[in-house]
Order: sequence, then structure tokens, then C-alpha cells
Amino acid sequence: MKDLRHHYEAPLRTTPFHDRIAAANVLNQWGPWAGYTTALVLEDAEMEYSAIRNTASLYDLCPMIKYRIAGRDAVDYLNRLTLRDVARVAVGAVQYTAWCDDRGKLLDDGTLFRLGEAEFLLCCQERHLPWLLDSAIGFEVSVHDVTAEIAALSLQGPCTASVLDAAGFDVSALKPYRFASFPFDGGDLIISRTGFTGDLGYELWIEPALALPLWDRLMAAGAYCGIRPVGSHALDIARIEAGFLAAHADFVPADQALREDRVRSPYELALDWMIDFGKGHFNGRRALLAERDGQTSEWAFVALDIEGNVAADHAILYDGRNREVGQITSAAWSPSAKRSIALAQVRRPHHAGAKGGLRAEIYALRELHYVKLMMTARMTERPFFAPPRRRTTPPGRF
Amino acid sequence: MPSYDTIIIGGGTNGLACAARLAKAGKRALVLEAAERAGGGATGAALAPDLAPMPLAHLLTTLDPRVLDGMELERHGLSYAATGLTTTALSPTGDHLVLEGPAGAGLSGTIDDAGRAAWEALRRRLMSFAEALAPFRAVTPPRIARKAGNDNLKLARIGLGLRRLGQDEFREFLRMALINIADVLEDEIADDRLRGLVAFDAVLGAWLGPRSPNSLILYLNRLAGEAAGTRAALALPRGGMGAVADAMARSAEAAGVTLRTGARVGRVLIEEDRACGVILADGEEIRAGLVVSAIGPKATFLDLVGARHLDTGFVRRATNIRARGGAAKLHLALKGAPDFRGADPATRLVIAPDIASVEEAFNATKYGEVPERPVMEIVLPKAHEREAGGGHVLSAIVQFAPHAPRAGLDEARRRMLANTLEVLETYAPGIGGLITHSELLMPQDIEARYGMAGGNWHHAELSVEQMLFLRPFAEVAQYATPVAGLWLAGAGSHPGGGVSGAAGWNAAERILSGVAA
Repeated sequence: MKDLRHHYEAPLRTTPFHDRIAAANVLNQWGPWAGYTTALVLEDAEMEYSAIRNTASLYDLCPMIKYRIAGRDAVDYLNRLTLRDVARVAVGAVQYTAWCDDRGKLLDDGTLFRLGEAEFLLCCQERHLPWLLDSAIGFEVSVHDVTAEIAALSLQGPCTASVLDAAGFDVSALKPYRFASFPFDGGDLIISRTGFTGDLGYELWIEPALALPLWDRLMAAGAYCGIRPVGSHALDIARIEAGFLAAHADFVPADQALREDRVRSPYELALDWMIDFGKGHFNGRRALLAERDGQTSEWAFVALDIEGNVAADHAILYDGRNREVGQITSAAWSPSAKRSIALAQVRRPHHAGAKGGLRAEIYALRELHYVKLMMTARMTERPFFAPPRRRTTPPGRF
Repeated sequence: MPSYDTIIIGGGTNGLACAARLAKAGKRALVLEAAERAGGGATGAALAPDLAPMPLAHLLTTLDPRVLDGMELERHGLSYAATGLTTTALSPTGDHLVLEGPAGAGLSGTIDDAGRAAWEALRRRLMSFAEALAPFRAVTPPRIARKAGNDNLKLARIGLGLRRLGQDEFREFLRMALINIADVLEDEIADDRLRGLVAFDAVLGAWLGPRSPNSLILYLNRLAGEAAGTRAALALPRGGMGAVADAMARSAEAAGVTLRTGARVGRVLIEEDRACGVILADGEEIRAGLVVSAIGPKATFLDLVGARHLDTGFVRRATNIRARGGAAKLHLALKGAPDFRGADPATRLVIAPDIASVEEAFNATKYGEVPERPVMEIVLPKAHEREAGGGHVLSAIVQFAPHAPRAGLDEARRRMLANTLEVLETYAPGIGGLITHSELLMPQDIEARYGMAGGNWHHAELSVEQMLFLRPFAEVAQYATPVAGLWLAGAGSHPGGGVSGAAGWNAAERILSGVAA
């Protein structure tokens, strides 16, 4: 066994796709993600974004935290853990879900794959093993962190169904939030129609030993449309356009928040549609019922359309009387929507349309000098960009 | 079939006190006790066919006055073989120190005037602290929150009582409140017998040594207790502690409580997130709008309610309630009266020759070992009976016994008994030859027989971090639980265990106050 005392010599691990990504990463821009080194930009963020929206893109998803949850009580366990009703998830289906602490404050969101009657894979951004293990007290269930045992790849863009077809995987029958298994090189490849872009796209799950052959197969199959590996910056723009929340960007996981007033409930993050009060007890249920019945939510999570073309990252929001009423958590110039878009936490009741509208205080850095812009921010619908192709089954051929 | 509006799980002293209080307020209460006899730690099994049963508790130190009066226990058969029991701090040479009256109001034995004066001063100070703290035992612990239902009037009175100590004494109180008992004794007292005795009394039933932080407050808690109406006094009921159990059971039944023994609760029935009854181990379902658990909080939440009805963080805290028993219980049947080198057998006999002896006995326990020379409190019940003669029974609480012995339970029990008898032989030469039967209950045995988590008679260790509004942990410190209609009323709740009934009485008062659970 490797001597763990030397762990500090390599503070970041590399993923099974690292060799290919390192070769493509001509800018050499890397960032840490959950203990792995990952590409921020490989060549050109705009071109990478363009691949996500116009052709096909490959994104290394290995650092995403993955838990295998199995055992007789797996459904009951997950029903107690998460907000939604897990019994409704069919084998072969995926559920976007979230979970709270005792006080009904969000710990994380993620996707739940039902691999079998009593076997699930929970994917999320943050590590939760102590919470998941303590949640298992009183349940016949096992919980294992399998992050390093599965290599995951996100294939996103309008051409991805065609690319998979060309690679030998017929996914034409696969509906959104479903997955299927395909033989690959003597192993099992799982392909799910999921993603973080709000576009047509798939996520591929394979044993690490087959990671590079899979990468090569997809790159070859997608050569016709200019498939390209993408970094986190490009994905983040697509993520914001799709209106998805990201931990540490749009909310602070409740178990990590140092400041008492930074934790948020599902009501305050527009995730209350997930809450199933009828399924029996789940973590935070009593607190959430009290919040619902007492109308005690303090914050709202909104989508904003910002005047101008400067991304409004971290801008403070003001009402018509110049009082601070909120904070932009994610923002981008959206190339597809041709708008400056933002996700924001707004103090209630200002989410319901403040008198005189909201204004965002944006600081645009222009040749060493900040230019302060007070831009009108209008409530709008999420997602900002939602092409019908993301749901069409069978998927379109491009 | 009769119907009940309240079910009390556990017919120990707290369960009976709670039921009686609720019944007096008009509730139709049913007490379900798993054992064949109600009374919990005040009951026991027979050591031998011709001997009286030996209960876990062998002295009355902390019976709540509200329970004593409110349940009219004396009318229901409680009388005393001895009140204001004297304590003898035994010496292996026969140079015993005798403490008469509550907490040693008077000393006799070889001790100089300076020693007497020092003890008198320390005792007076500690008694005044205990007097100021005692009312805390009879309130629901306060909580800093809106609508916490704090009894502000009572709390203000307690605060005022503490201020009445005067500025200097209040400062001393703040200095000493969280200190360890050994430091205080070494500062104030010179006599090793006295130091050993007080150190022993402070950690009796705790999982602390006299040098462990916060051990003084446990001594204050002991002094705050009452027996037969006197603060810090000790009493021996006529007929043994079982008489207290019987008086409580009779009183509860007279108040209209239905008592069912041999009825083990399997789980709490929860519908629509509300406790609405219980299901017995044999499958019988009994419904009631109010369920009160007077058994330990750990077992209540993890076994009877079940994790799936609770939040993960809550289960985590319930799992982490510390409940390590450090006391073993020794019962010996003797052919004749043992001679503790001339000590009066009709007193409480304590073998704890100095602070180090108590601390060293605790040390072993920390490492899962049996102490070489355990310390102990001995009662010879028959010495208090007028018609005594012939055989004797010795009942002793022996500290400290490992709650998780490395050598395994049977081997640890064997060694513990051997070491205990060896110590006894030093103090009462020839006692070994008098023994006809012996029984030693290790903490695990106590857990098995009485259901107390870890064999700790407080259900959850009594220590500062599990006291008052932190007992058994913050969210359930006010007797209410997150499950509507389910309440706690056992020793694991404030103010803790002992044959007291205080927790049960407090819980009943809280339930009747109309605060929602």
C-alpha cells in the first residue's frame, strides 16, 4: 500500500482523464476541485462555451463526489435524508434532489441515480460522509464514497446524441433523467441523460481503467463536429444560463457556514418545489413545516436580467430607496440569451417586485480603475436559456 | 378495555412520580413497567432465598420534597429505620472519623481544633451554595429563545438567592462552581480521612475522579438533596429502599394511576408525526394522546421512537449522550456482624482513605481495568433493626468499575470482587469467613437488570456538560421532544437520577403548564 505519510507531496490528485486533458490544456490553467486538479480553461473559454451550445463538449466530472448507497432500507434511508420522494424514482431513473439539516437549512443538492431496487448513487459537490453515515443509524443500509472508483465524463451539446451514436452507443430512446448501460471494452458504461448545462447532453460513468479509451472513442466520434474538451469557466456560463444552483456560489452549505445568518432553507433557494411533506418524516421536516406555516422565510432566490453588458458578479442589490436588499450570487454575460444575467438572493418581500425596481451596484474594472455602474435589475424567469432540444426524445441529429 | 390519555413508559421512581402528579391533575395515566415490580433502582433481586431483595440504591439521599409530600409517601407506608444517618470514614487502623448530622455537621474522632474549624468553614460555605442551587432542581431548565416557556419568576428567585450569598461569597461561588473537588479539599482540609470521604461522595455515581474538572458541582448537587425533610441528610427507609418503591406505587395507584408490570414497551406509536400510543414487546397496542418516557433518553429515541422519525443531527446528539457507569454494586450475605475495627455498624461506612485512593481507583477505569484497591460506601441494613440478630447483609457501592472492561465482563467481575473483598478484609478483618453468598453487579449487569444505559444510574452521566439546560442535550432539556405528544421524564433529564422523582415531577409540571411538545 502507498505510504500515506507522503500525501502532502502531491496535494492534488489527478483524474483518470488527466493525461488527455493535460495535453489539450495549452493555457495550462488549472484549479483545485475536491482534491483533484481540474482544467479551468484549456484553450479559449468562449470557444469552449460555444462547443457546449453548438456542437459537443467533454468535461471531466471525476471530482464530483459520489456515494453508493445500498441495502434493504435504502429507499427509507434516502426518503429520510432528502426532500423528495425517492420511492417515485424508477430503477434506471435519476432524481435531482436536495437535503437539509435539522433546522431545514440546505446542506447540498445533487442527483440521485437508482441503480437497482435497493441501490443508489448519490452525486453532489460537497463531501457529506459523516452526515450520511450518521443518517444511517437505525437503517439497514451501507454508504460508501465511490468518488475514486468511477470516472465520470460530461458530454454536452446539441450534437452529443449523434456523437454517441457514432461512438457505437444508441441513446435515441433515452429520455431526460434516465440512464442505461452499454458494453464498452469489456466493461460497463453507464450513460445518463443528465448534465449541468440545460442543453441536450449526457453524463458517462465508467471504471477508471477504461477512462482513456472512452475519451479517445468519443473524441474520434465527435471529430466531425469539432468536439472539444472544456474547462470549468465555460461550463459555469452554461450553468448560469440553465439557472442551476452551485454550492458555495449560490448558497453556503449549512454545515460549513460560519455565520449564523448565511444558511438558507429550500424556500429561500427556490427549491421548495422539492419538499414532499406527505412522504413521512425527513430531515428538517418539522422546521420546514414551521417555516411554511409561519411564513418565516427571510430570503428568496431570484433570476435577474441586468441592464448593460457587464457581468454583475457579487453585486449588491438596492431597492428604490437605496437600501441593500440582496446579493447577486452568480452572474454572466449570456452569449445565447444576449443578456446580462444573474442569480441572486433577495431579502423578502423585495423578491415580489420592489417599488422602483432593483438596482445592481457593479464595479467594472477598466484599465486599473473601477467604474461604478448602478444598473437596473429586473426579475425574470429561470432558466435564462432553455432550448427545446434538451428534452426532445428521440434527440435531434445535428 | 379502559382507555388512558397518558402513558408513562417506565415505572421507576420518576415514572411513578410523574404519573402520580399527572393523575392528581385529572389525567388518566397508565404506567408500563417492564419488570415484575415497579420502583426501578429502588428494587432488587433476592440475594438468597431467605434474604430480602437487594436494591440498586441502598440509601435515601435525594428524595424530592414535592414527591414526599405530594405523594404522601409516609401515609402510604414509608417510614424510616434511620434518619440523619451518621457517616464513618473508616480507617484501616481503627482511627475512624465520624461525621454526624447532615453532611457532617459534627465531627468526632481524632481531629484537632484547626481541622474541625476548617471543615466547619468549608461545610458552611458549600452548604450555602447548595442551598442557593437547590431550587434549580425543581424547575424546568431555562432556554434562551423566544417562547421558551421559561418560568421567569422562579428563575428570578433563584438568581436572587444566589445574589443573597453576598458579594464575596458569590465571587467564591463563581470561582468554585466548576472547580475540581480535590483542589478545594487540598486547599481547605488537612485530614486525609475527611478529604477521602468528601472526594468519594462528590464522584459517587459519576464517571469522574476527584481531580476531574467540575467534580465539585456534583458534591453541591449531593448536598442540595434532601432525605426525610432535611437538606444533605441521609436516611434508611424501614424495610429497605423497596419500601420507597412500594409507597410510591401505592400512592400512584391511590391517585388513580393504573400500574402494569411485566409490560415492556417495544416502540412508541407515531402517526402524522405525533406520538399516539405504544406497542408492547408482545405486540399489544395501547393508544393515548400523551406518551411520557421515564426510561433513558438514549433508549427512548433510538429504540422506542426510532431514527426514522428524528432528524440526523438529533440522532447524532442522542447517540452521543455519554452514559458510562463507574459504580459496581456488591451484596454479601454474612453469617454474623462484621467488625470494622470498632466502627458503629449502624452508620454509613465509607472506605476512601484519601483523595489519591479515589483518583487511583478511577484511573484504572479509564483504561478499562479493574482498580487494585476500590473505594466504597457500605450499608449494613440489619444493624438498624431492633430485632436484629443472626445473619447480616452487606450492601456496598464499589467504585470504580470499568464500564468497558478489557479483560471481558466475567473476568473483570471476578477480579473486581476479589479486589473488593481484599480491601474489606483490611478494614474488617475476618469478614471473608462470614460470607455465605456474594453478588457483584458490574455496570453491564446493572444495565442488563435495570435498563440503565451504560449501567449509569443517572441514565446519562451527571456532569456539567450534561446538566441543567444541557441535560440530556439542549433540544430536549425542557422535557418536550421534537415528536409532538412525546415527553421525557426520566433520570436522563434534569436534575438527574437517584431515588428522587424530581425529574418525573418536573416533567409532569411542564406537561401540565400547557407548553406544547
